[in-house]
Amino acid sequence: MKGLAPIATVAVLLALVPFITASNAVLNFLVMAFLIALAGQGWNILGGYGGQYSFGHAAFFGTGTYVTAVLQVRYGMNAWLCFALGIAGGALVGAVIGGLSFRSGLRGSYFALVTLAFAEVLRIVASVAPITGAGVGTLIKLDLRPEAFQFQSRAPFYWVLLALLVVSLILTRIIEDSRFGAYLVALRENEDAAKALGVDTTLVKLGAMTISAAITAAAGGFYAQYFLFVDAGIAYGPWISVEALLAPIIGGVGTVFGPLLGALVIRTLGELTKIVAGDAPGLDLVIYGSVLVAVVAFAPRGIAGLIERVRGRLTPPAAPSLERSHG
Amino acid sequence: MAEPLLQVENVSKHFGGLRAVDGASLAAEQGRITVVIGPNGAGKTTLFAMITGFLRPTSGSIRYDSVDITGEPPHRLARRGIARTFQIVQPFPALTVRENIAVGSHLRHAKRADALAAASATGEAVGLGGQLDKPASALTVAGRKRLELARALAIGPRLLLLDEVLAGLNPSEVRDMVPVIRGIAARGVTILMIEHVMQAVMSLAETVYVLSEGRIIAQGRPQAIASDRLVVEAYLGRGAAAQMTEEAVHA
Amino acid sequence: MVSSVILVPALLNGLMTGAVYALVALGLTLIYGVLHIINFAHGALLTAALFAAFFANKLLGIDPYVAALFLAPLFFGIGYALQRFVIGPAAHGEDRNILLVTLGLAVMIENALLYAFRADTRTINLSYAFDVVEIGNSFLAVPRVVAFGVVVAIAALLWFAMRWTDTGKAIRAVAKEKLGAELSGINVAHIYAVTFGLGTACLAVTACLLIPTYYINPHAGNAFVLIAFTIVVLGGMGSVAGAMLGGLFVGVVESFSGLYLGESLGQIGIFVMFILVLLFRPSGLFGERA
Ligand SMILES: Nc1ncnc2c1ncn2[C@@H]1O[C@H](COP(=O)(O)OP(=O)(O)O)[C@@H](O)[C@H]1O
Ligand SMILES: [Mg+2]
Repeated sequence: MKGLAPIATVAVLLALVPFITASNAVLNFLVMAFLIALAGQGWNILGGYGGQYSFGHAAFFGTGTYVTAVLQVRYGMNAWLCFALGIAGGALVGAVIGGLSFRSGLRGSYFALVTLAFAEVLRIVASVAPITGAGVGTLIKLDLRPEAFQFQSRAPFYWVLLALLVVSLILTRIIEDSRFGAYLVALRENEDAAKALGVDTTLVKLGAMTISAAITAAAGGFYAQYFLFVDAGIAYGPWISVEALLAPIIGGVGTVFGPLLGALVIRTLGELTKIVAGDAPGLDLVIYGSVLVAVVAFAPRGIAGLIERVRGRLTPPAAPSLERSHG
Repeated sequence: MAEPLLQVENVSKHFGGLRAVDGASLAAEQGRITVVIGPNGAGKTTLFAMITGFLRPTSGSIRYDSVDITGEPPHRLARRGIARTFQIVQPFPALTVRENIAVGSHLRHAKRADALAAASATGEAVGLGGQLDKPASALTVAGRKRLELARALAIGPRLLLLDEVLAGLNPSEVRDMVPVIRGIAARGVTILMIEHVMQAVMSLAETVYVLSEGRIIAQGRPQAIASDRLVVEAYLGRGAAAQMTEEAVHA
Repeated sequence: MVSSVILVPALLNGLMTGAVYALVALGLTLIYGVLHIINFAHGALLTAALFAAFFANKLLGIDPYVAALFLAPLFFGIGYALQRFVIGPAAHGEDRNILLVTLGLAVMIENALLYAFRADTRTINLSYAFDVVEIGNSFLAVPRVVAFGVVVAIAALLWFAMRWTDTGKAIRAVAKEKLGAELSGINVAHIYAVTFGLGTACLAVTACLLIPTYYINPHAGNAFVLIAFTIVVLGGMGSVAGAMLGGLFVGVVESFSGLYLGESLGQIGIFVMFILVLLFRPSGLFGERA
């Protein structure tokens, strides 16, 4: 299949990083960036390709996190199995929210609102329900064995996450090249026209939301294993809804590498903020918010769009750029 | 004689107090070109929206291929072989012309490569061969009309509804499009079209329906309709009859 | 069996709270009705207004009710500038972009407040904060009665302004038929900004009405805005009367459900109601602008 070569190249280069540096700071940074990239890739399937902007992807991230943690702690199940069930749980939550929203015909601002509200409901429930550890949170017992999805060092965590990320990139590429993907993009561009051509837009959106939720839930499950701690503010908090959306929008919505690019950028900005201003709560998000506004204003197609524009200037004008019309 | 492919029976659509379509009936015979004419606001587009499932009729029924399809959603009707174009063109702006058409081709081709190949062939058939790699947003008005037609054709329809595909084209563009439409009909596709360009109506139509204020007020062969001065004067406005006969003479 | 001794005060208190909700909703619905956008920065702007009212009192010793007289124009200016110079130009006319820009602004404002003032919760002390008046046999807090009166007055004022002033007429023209208004020489960008400014000014007044009895922290505004969204969807997007009635209704519902269900469940109740309202209103209402 064409288009897999860039993904393979990126995968190999990134897999080599732990051999080049053993610095925990570097690996930590990349783990957080990949985590956001993975969550963002989930958002990108639905928002970037399908044009349905969710403001509540925390609902899926958090479900992945809690299912992974709670099943282990309360029922002593195997961590990998819990992780898989976390992904399934996220997908289920996505299917339910999507089913309700799309069947009610919610789109645009209303879809954004309702996803945000669902995430908030889950956050409040998680902060009072006994099974989630309520306000205290849930701590996963230290058990540094690969069978328990815990490792002695950062590098194996890094490779597992990288593998998940690469799977999400390949999946996105496959979707791009499939009928499902063509239908998804078509309904983003013009829903009525898509319907007239035989596209069951409700079903396609629902499918996209389910896949999207599963990917973001995988990021959540990984988070639980990496930090071994979950509480409602982390799992279902607005921070992840914002970062999951920010990464693809900054990197380039509806592109395979957009979320990864964007995640690296926002995490770099976050680190720079910390270096300049210390660990000041809120300042990183102030910068993310400004970047979001600036990107929408000046580079609506993100970094990917900028690259394309530069490339368009370098190549002869015969190849027209794919600038999206605002008509 | 066989049952018509499409039979609209006594269909109405009310928007609040407005009766946009008011008990209209018509039939489209298999393999023929049937044209609906009528002044602006007569309810033609609304009628098409009901046939293609975008609007649910307030009352009445629609039969297609001997099945009652009233109230079925658009994507199901498309799968049954009913295609439409939009009067106000509805391209997928960020996609290329080929990708636009391929969305339609996917109905019959699951594989991306097959759909794209079929899309290229359809694009060439309607005269978009040189523009397949352009973004749809870069097309001229005439190009966009052709794209509407190509996308609808791409689903492999049995019944094709065209809503003013010639509007906004200059006379030479109209002359280019007329044989394309005739060619589609010649391959056995039943066509129901809304058209204002009388020159095209006269040369393409086998049956003409006149819709006015939501009602069918006349039907028949184009010559008969055109010479029905009273009908034309009353419902297409003063001077239209004269213009029509004049165009018929020149055609 | 709950007697009228509890029910009547619960009803009156619900109406008082509802009036404040209504004012938040009024700002939101005004902006939606004219610009057809959902302003996701509404909550953050309310929080900012709460901080402004707080510091006006703490640092300058200005009574919140007096502060409203200059905070309302100040926030009008802020809202005007945001729409005219940030949201409008950045959105390139696309709804999806407006969504993102107002979200970005919300994140910026809320976290700037968090950065500047930390997560601490603050209150101010006013001599009259705990004064009560007796109506029938219910005791009502004076600040809440004042709030109720002010909201009703503002709604009336706004209603008249929309009908009898040139700007009001222009706003209604733009809300109804943007293109037509533009063709008849109305400066749509200016009217949009004025409307956004009015919506933001409503928040400044809300803040001044709330501060005597309410606490503030960098997330304080959010609770109100979700309720306001519920009200606006319930009352009909863009309807001023709907916002008022919806606000009072939600206030009363909340007051009664608090009576029977307790605090934390009450909070979920609002969200659940919100989701249900969004999902089960006839879908025709939710057709977005093309
Ligand atoms: N969705 C709608 N809601 C309300 N009125 C409509 C709607 N669609 C069409 N109409 C009205 O119905 C009438 C018929 O419109 P239309 O079918 O577009 O006419 P035509 O295509 O013959 O010009 C017009 O008066 C139009 O304003
Ligand atoms: Mg029409």
